[in-house]
Amino acid sequence: MSLATDITTTPAAGFRVARSRRNVAWTGAAALIVVVVLAFFPYIVYAGTTTILVQAFIVLTMASMWNLLAGYAGLVSVGQQAFVGLGAYFVLILAINGASPFAALPVAAIGCGVVALPLWWLVSRLRSGYFAIATWVLAATIMLIIERFSSIGGGTGMPLPGFTGMDPTLLTAYTYWAGLAVTVLTLVVIYLLLRSRLGLVLTAIRDDEVAARSSGARVGLARMLVFLVAGAGCGAAGALLAISQLQVQPSAVFSVQWTAEMAFATIIGGLGTIEGPIIGTAVYMVLQQTLSSYNAWYLIILGLVAIGVALFARRGLWGLVDEHLNVRLFPVGYWLRLDTDRPAGRAGRARLARASKLTTPPADQSPKQ
Amino acid sequence: MAWVNAIIQGVLTGGLYALFACGLSLMFGVMKVVNLAHGDLAVVAGYIAIGIITVTHVPVLWSVVIVVPVMAVLGYALQRTLIQSALDRSVLITLIVTFGLSVVIENGLLQFFTANSRAIGTGLSLVSGSFTIGSQIQIGYLLVVIFAVAVVVLLGLQYFLSRSRYGRLIRAVADDQEAAQLAGADYRHVFGIAAALAFGTVGLAGIAYGMYSQLSPTTGTDTILLFAFAAVVIGGLGSLWGTLLGGVVLGVAQQIGAQINISDEVLAGYLVFLAVLVLRPQGLIYRRTQS
Amino acid sequence: MTAEATHDRTANGAPLLEVSGLVVHHGQLRALDAISLQVFPGEVYAIIGANGAGKSTLLRTIAGLHQPTAGSIRFDGQEVTRLRPWRRVTQGIVMVPEGRRLFGSLTVEENLLVGASYARPGPWTLDRVYEAFSWMRERRNQPTAQLSGGEQQTVAIGRALVANPRVLLLDELSLGLAPVVVQRIYGMLPQVLATGLTVLLVEQDVSQALRVASHIHCLLEGQTTLEGRPDEVTADQVEAAYFGLASSPAASPAAEGSESLWPG
Repeated sequence: MSLATDITTTPAAGFRVARSRRNVAWTGAAALIVVVVLAFFPYIVYAGTTTILVQAFIVLTMASMWNLLAGYAGLVSVGQQAFVGLGAYFVLILAINGASPFAALPVAAIGCGVVALPLWWLVSRLRSGYFAIATWVLAATIMLIIERFSSIGGGTGMPLPGFTGMDPTLLTAYTYWAGLAVTVLTLVVIYLLLRSRLGLVLTAIRDDEVAARSSGARVGLARMLVFLVAGAGCGAAGALLAISQLQVQPSAVFSVQWTAEMAFATIIGGLGTIEGPIIGTAVYMVLQQTLSSYNAWYLIILGLVAIGVALFARRGLWGLVDEHLNVRLFPVGYWLRLDTDRPAGRAGRARLARASKLTTPPADQSPKQ
Repeated sequence: MAWVNAIIQGVLTGGLYALFACGLSLMFGVMKVVNLAHGDLAVVAGYIAIGIITVTHVPVLWSVVIVVPVMAVLGYALQRTLIQSALDRSVLITLIVTFGLSVVIENGLLQFFTANSRAIGTGLSLVSGSFTIGSQIQIGYLLVVIFAVAVVVLLGLQYFLSRSRYGRLIRAVADDQEAAQLAGADYRHVFGIAAALAFGTVGLAGIAYGMYSQLSPTTGTDTILLFAFAAVVIGGLGSLWGTLLGGVVLGVAQQIGAQINISDEVLAGYLVFLAVLVLRPQGLIYRRTQS
Repeated sequence: MTAEATHDRTANGAPLLEVSGLVVHHGQLRALDAISLQVFPGEVYAIIGANGAGKSTLLRTIAGLHQPTAGSIRFDGQEVTRLRPWRRVTQGIVMVPEGRRLFGSLTVEENLLVGASYARPGPWTLDRVYEAFSWMRERRNQPTAQLSGGEQQTVAIGRALVANPRVLLLDELSLGLAPVVVQRIYGMLPQVLATGLTVLLVEQDVSQALRVASHIHCLLEGQTTLEGRPDEVTADQVEAAYFGLASSPAASPAAEGSESLWPG
């Protein structure tokens, strides 16, 4: 009798590893339809609705980034607002110099990704608590530095040039499409990322960092890439922000509230899952819209719910769905298929089910004292 | 002369920052918790003090007598419930929970008290009074008092940690939680005591800041938290006097920055903080404890 | 022969510590598989076995640091299986953990004081410890990092003693120490026993264990492979039990009701 008694062993039969393909075709088709429908919105709905949706796009993009950072790379950043602000200011600076803000958007995203590199060098060796505070200080520092330059508005900010004379309806539509494009691109990039080798490393880190390191995965490199991507993504969100607000104020774009919103949305939706930020953003938007006249309430409730979810429903709303329905909209895992045609009865199927559960985030196994 | 004034000012401000920092240092040193709500709790304490003074018109010092124990009890309760639950799960969850707490507190204050700043008036000559050395150096009484209070608090903490039974237990649990359990200590209770101490100092810090400057819902994160952390990091974790040194370095850096360019005061402090973080993350006073 | 052994053991009364059917998992791995043992008052009960056999896991579970998946632990007739580690200390179960685990930022005396924080009434005080280990009194204000391995081990034992345990758990005392030092440390066991303590120890060094123990228990891959008095087992039997090799034929078929050397 060996210690391995409880672990699945199948005598003689081999097994193979297969990608999840079941859902992809269906989800892909559905997603395409959704995107096409959304693309027609400016023709169908009121401008008020598209403006709200732009907000949702911004939050969804940021939440997806925070999810990558905290849910997959294990980095709790409380300073992503640095990139939001930088993205906004990239757009502002380029617009001041004559460029179209829409053209400046991708430049802002890339620019933020580039700026993220030296910032990563500053904070990469810090452990979680220190890392969190350091990112916060970095954001505050960057804001203070930018506020010194009156040519871009100093401490009070300035309106965004480059749209003078444009038809407001057209502007709203373009802004909307830009937001849709950024969001779709973000989700596609994340999906591809997580299905790639890098994604495998990240999922390993998410599940058990020590094990990931000792199995040789390039944890440091993976983390850096995530930080850069998150910087670019938040930068794009910031650029969108500038475009949708038509002005850039340092205290608004560099506010830590952005991190609060993206963090809470992600946590409530489900940390460590791709679907999570989508659900979380939906919850956020509902709360924000229904409580908008009550000022700070939506953030209070959002915060309280996030605390509750973090403590009691670690995998968020999507985690609850996933556990009960075993559904994946964006499957990135693997199936362990036994070669035998009929796995031995119920026991065999149970073993198969357990093995497939190895690709999902485990229930909390943090050692309890 | 303006420079001498600035440096003295900076040194004295270090006392205030040390007061901000010692609670954070205690919680991080013992429980490995970075309490992102640290600054906001100081603001809450300040608001409570203002409330008490406004309603009962007692002198400021009485509010201290009430607020500090209240904060200590709050600290024990919060630690045993919220923070311990988060700690049992993971470091990530703990950060998220304290961050959530910070946001909830700030927005709660915003909702109920508006964004206006308030100050704690002392009614004494303490706030506006100052004494002069020579002909050009002016030192405010309040800041000196705060510095003295900070030193007293640090001395008290040091005495408590090194001589008392619970102080030993706190240090033991911080060194090796499991071995402490094997020696009979309920580590959760010991954590609670440490949190009570930390929150007590936080209360003091909030009142001090309310007297020295003004309190608003966002002061906790704008000012207190980051300055507290800067003092801890610069001074070195694990050393109480390190937080005083860190506070002083931060204060002086800020004042020098202000001398160069009046609006660069805070920025100068952050730059020094970042420099230390990158070049010597263990801080200036590095105490090596046995692994 | 075995019936005699059983008779000797119960002479001092009921078992002080009784482990029944203990099953312990580390995640999915089963580290202990239905382990049962009884420790009687005044005994030196040694658990031996190779690395990974589950010895330390067993001791740590008895101390309360692991929760078993199944089985029970009874101390002095009371169920303690679900008690937290610090509660067991006040019941009288105190462990000296593997690797000393002294409090690094505390001095020698402070380490002892912490150990005494939740002490039961009894003969062991700081003074008594200083008497037992004379060098300690002079150096009691030194930080423990400055002590040698053997000295640290002694302080760790002292820290456990001042809690006045009824059963003292010793986890791998010999780890990282020179044999001479190890012998000296084990040499103080008689003093400890003289004050009415019972000792349950885990030891990788089999010959050392055989020298001090009144009862040995061998584990292999989480299971019991041998149990009995040191003077009743042969070197071959121990070796076979330790390594899990095919054994030499058993001494005699197990008589009904008596304690076999090879529990099935």
